[in-house]
Amino acid sequence: MDSPKPDRRSTLPLILAAAGKEAARRDLALLLFVVGLMAASLTMPGWAVYLVTVMLARGLVVLGLLLLWRTGLMSFGQALYYGIGAYAVGLTQKYLGLREAFSLLALGIVAAVLVAIALGFLLRQYRDIFFAMLSLAFSMILYGALVKSETLGSTDGFAVLTPHFLAWTPGTASAQYDLLLLCIAAVASGIYLVGRYLASPMGHLTTAIRDNEIRVEYLGFPVRRAIHVKYVLAAALSGAGGALVALAVGHIDPDMSYWTTSGEFVFVTILAGSGSVFAPFLGSAIFEILRTYATDYAPYSWQMVLGVSLLLLILFMPNGVWSLFRARRKAAAP
Amino acid sequence: MTQDGKTLLRRGGIAVAALAAAALLPAHFAAADDAPALKLGVVAFLSGPAAGPFGIPARNAAELLIEAINAGTLPAPFNSKGFGGQQIDPIVIDENGSTTKVVQDYRDLVERRGVNAVIGYISSGSCLGIAPVAEELKTLTVFFDCGTPRIFEDADYHYVFRPSATSTIDSTAAARYLAKEDPGIKSYGGINQNYAWGQDSWSDFEGAMKDLKPGLTVATVQFPKLFAGQYSTEITTLLASDANAVHTSFWGGDLESFILQADPRGLFQKEKFVMSTAETTMFRLGPKIADGVIMGARGPWGVYAHNTELNQWFRKNYTDRYGTPPVYPSYQMAISLLGMKTAYDKAAQANPKAGVEDDIKAFEHLQYEAFGTKIDLALGKGHQGVHETAYGTYKYDKATGTPTITNIVYYPAECVNAPDGIKSGDWIKNGMPGAKDCP
Amino acid sequence: MVTAVTIFVDGLVYAAWLFIVAVGLTLIFGVMKVLNVAHGGFYSMGAYAAAWSVGIYFDAGLAPAGSFLLLALSAVVVGVVLGLVLERGLLRFVYGRDDILVVLVTYAAFLILENLVLLIWGVDAYPAYQPSALLGSTAIAGLPFNNYELLLVVVAAAIGLALTWGLARTRLGKLLRAVIFDREMAVAFGIDVARLFTGTFVVGAILGALGGAVTAPTISVVPGIGVEVIVLAFAVVVIGGLGSVMGTILGALIVGLARAAAVHLLPEVELFVIYGVMSLVLILRPRGLFAQAQPRRI
Repeated sequence: MDSPKPDRRSTLPLILAAAGKEAARRDLALLLFVVGLMAASLTMPGWAVYLVTVMLARGLVVLGLLLLWRTGLMSFGQALYYGIGAYAVGLTQKYLGLREAFSLLALGIVAAVLVAIALGFLLRQYRDIFFAMLSLAFSMILYGALVKSETLGSTDGFAVLTPHFLAWTPGTASAQYDLLLLCIAAVASGIYLVGRYLASPMGHLTTAIRDNEIRVEYLGFPVRRAIHVKYVLAAALSGAGGALVALAVGHIDPDMSYWTTSGEFVFVTILAGSGSVFAPFLGSAIFEILRTYATDYAPYSWQMVLGVSLLLLILFMPNGVWSLFRARRKAAAP
Repeated sequence: MTQDGKTLLRRGGIAVAALAAAALLPAHFAAADDAPALKLGVVAFLSGPAAGPFGIPARNAAELLIEAINAGTLPAPFNSKGFGGQQIDPIVIDENGSTTKVVQDYRDLVERRGVNAVIGYISSGSCLGIAPVAEELKTLTVFFDCGTPRIFEDADYHYVFRPSATSTIDSTAAARYLAKEDPGIKSYGGINQNYAWGQDSWSDFEGAMKDLKPGLTVATVQFPKLFAGQYSTEITTLLASDANAVHTSFWGGDLESFILQADPRGLFQKEKFVMSTAETTMFRLGPKIADGVIMGARGPWGVYAHNTELNQWFRKNYTDRYGTPPVYPSYQMAISLLGMKTAYDKAAQANPKAGVEDDIKAFEHLQYEAFGTKIDLALGKGHQGVHETAYGTYKYDKATGTPTITNIVYYPAECVNAPDGIKSGDWIKNGMPGAKDCP
Repeated sequence: MVTAVTIFVDGLVYAAWLFIVAVGLTLIFGVMKVLNVAHGGFYSMGAYAAAWSVGIYFDAGLAPAGSFLLLALSAVVVGVVLGLVLERGLLRFVYGRDDILVVLVTYAAFLILENLVLLIWGVDAYPAYQPSALLGSTAIAGLPFNNYELLLVVVAAAIGLALTWGLARTRLGKLLRAVIFDREMAVAFGIDVARLFTGTFVVGAILGALGGAVTAPTISVVPGIGVEVIVLAFAVVVIGGLGSVMGTILGALIVGLARAAAVHLLPEVELFVIYGVMSLVLILRPRGLFAQAQPRRI
């Protein structure tokens, strides 16, 4: 007798092929992105190297926020993990004397992940504005603790010295450039990993949860655990971003954990749109360029320039800047 | 062409355009000015709460002085034109923003806009963040404000200079003044903003008081949030405590709000207040400030400046141009610029083709006089300045409606600055050794 | 000496201030489901307008008693102008969209308002202390308190009562509560929601500006006061439950009293009080104290 079950044997290869093609396209884009950046970095003047490093590191944080936003959650307190990553680097350097860049970066990520695992148990039960406000509250609690700590320099913060990379110590001239390379490597890993994650079954839960959480539960998927995982991933990315910025700027202070810092990340997330794992970096670039030229040409009204630009972008490109790149695709085969 | 192919082409086109723009943009700005003028970056708060009390007065002073220096119209000995003969071309930017942004703007100034030197920075956090970058970019940088002594105590710098004394002078002089003028007090308290400046000011003051009058008790220590603006609860606590005197390093809007909220409740009549930065508020709040408040100006500046020809010139020209007398941030900017000028002039005299290394050599261990005060770059291997300071008691002259200061006491540099080789915090803790015959 | 009475009065004074500042935000969120970041801009514009007009008023030597009316008047003018411009000119175009987008629109509006303040009034501080100085002080439990600050407690209570009564008894109030509860059903019943939105936003703006206007005589109005107030207002509103005036009253009281107790008894934790209270409330009651029961939408 013919089985009434749908014949998976012919559709599955199609699905896999489509997924594989998607992945291949994304990997190719990533390769081009990395190669392009490295080529550009060779001709960049010093100030641009610094700018691009900070831009990429902050883009990493936004990548984490993108993950959460696709799930329908917006964190107003991502600066918590950004600050944790930065202070993990600073404190390890200051008190343990560790100056190796890869280990410091890893430590920043681990610190952020540990805190996120703990806080995630609480936060995964909240949605919408309450998720946002509770995450904000935690970031401000860290801020308060850092400000009160006179040993850590309170609001003055303290310096982070130039790191060395494994066995190799760069000279002063090439230090910034080497940090840029580390940043590019971190960003490439981040994009690759998040891309693979989003293509996996757990990754597809993001938009599903945003659209209808209850139905996802009925399908048998653990919604809260999924949110917890995404929260921890976002924290890892933010911790990495914070660690990289700490190394690039050479100075950390509690302001990195303040709510306005979180606000900037949210700004860039919406600016970029959630269309692609590359969007956060485009958004971050546009934001930094906007801000640099606004402060340059309008030193007394740069806030207004920023506000008006944001408004224009939201009104005319509500899906973020990335929507410019979106092709109008014909619906896939039913 | 397939749909996918078109998409790829479109995306590729946009990407290439973006990369091209990014690559061309630096080229557009890369050409540094090769005119003989000295490009000087000037950085201060142009927006935010620190703009009104500090940033704008400093920027005004910079504007006024740079023009006068370029024209050679300053009184002697600063009446030669320019810095070592070079005309100054100032570029003013805003210090407001995170440390990341401040550092970014500094790199921008030096690497993209090609400035030869930078003067600026009010916030200690900015100074601490900028100093290593100045070393990296090998650019002469002068910090005109920034309270913290940490800059030259935590590290050595070759390219960074700070002629203004550190915040140690504020708290130690305040303690000395209070101890001498009010010998009968039995307990004291403090209300300071809960951030580095407030915390450091209080711990210096408490340390100095312990040295000078060991038997006193600390009645209450308040640390409201920076920019809280609402102090009614703290005022109640101060009123309820048995403090005879209270120290505060509040500044700007917070200080004024505090005064406005405390005055009607009689706080200043009950307790003797020492306000280390209140000079900026003197002319603004006038009669609202109670008589008897002890006021500081972070140095012998503003109303404490000695009546030299330079001071008369400065006060007259500043008031004529900006409608209000110059306050201490203006003076700090002025002495820093004058210090730079002295160093550049000295270097150019020895070698007409002086480069940045010659300027640095001339600046190190420089001693010069401005507004009747001797400034000696004695600390930090010749990079950090020490000078005297002054405190006085406020009195509002009702007859003429002018705010005045009475009972001014000047404190020599050794009485309020740690000597070379010892950290300020340790110096205070150890009883301020080396300070002899202090008023 | 510090007694429980002192702490209570201090807490009440601070709570009154918090309430006046935060209530406009909760009204706007409750009715329109918009988290209005520009609320900070209303506050600072109200403060500047009040300070500036009071300064001119006293320079002209007019009767001191009138300055109080002037405070209210500045708030109304600022609220109406900004409320109309923002709602009709900006928010109207983004209503249907994602909540976060609307928040960002208000954030952009806030940036613009803050800069406008700078461009109009410059960086100098504007003191307008005369109305506050007029009233003198009263001794309670042996310590003097500003009569102006005590007056604000009365004003806050009046606003709270007016809003609660208005929402419960008047026709307009019932319409607003219907919209707060379920916008779609309200529209289906023929309520002109668009006009209600405009009206609510304007009232919310007036209340925000009033917060700034009544605060102006006790502070030095400087750039940046709006930024500090936003987070405070948000915290109070979230603690109380978004959209609930009663909740805002209770939230303000809890935070005010907790903070007063902290400052007097345990000053080290003062910095954490508001966020600590918010975290605690959200952990125990995830949607705030007076949140409405939300049906699960399938």
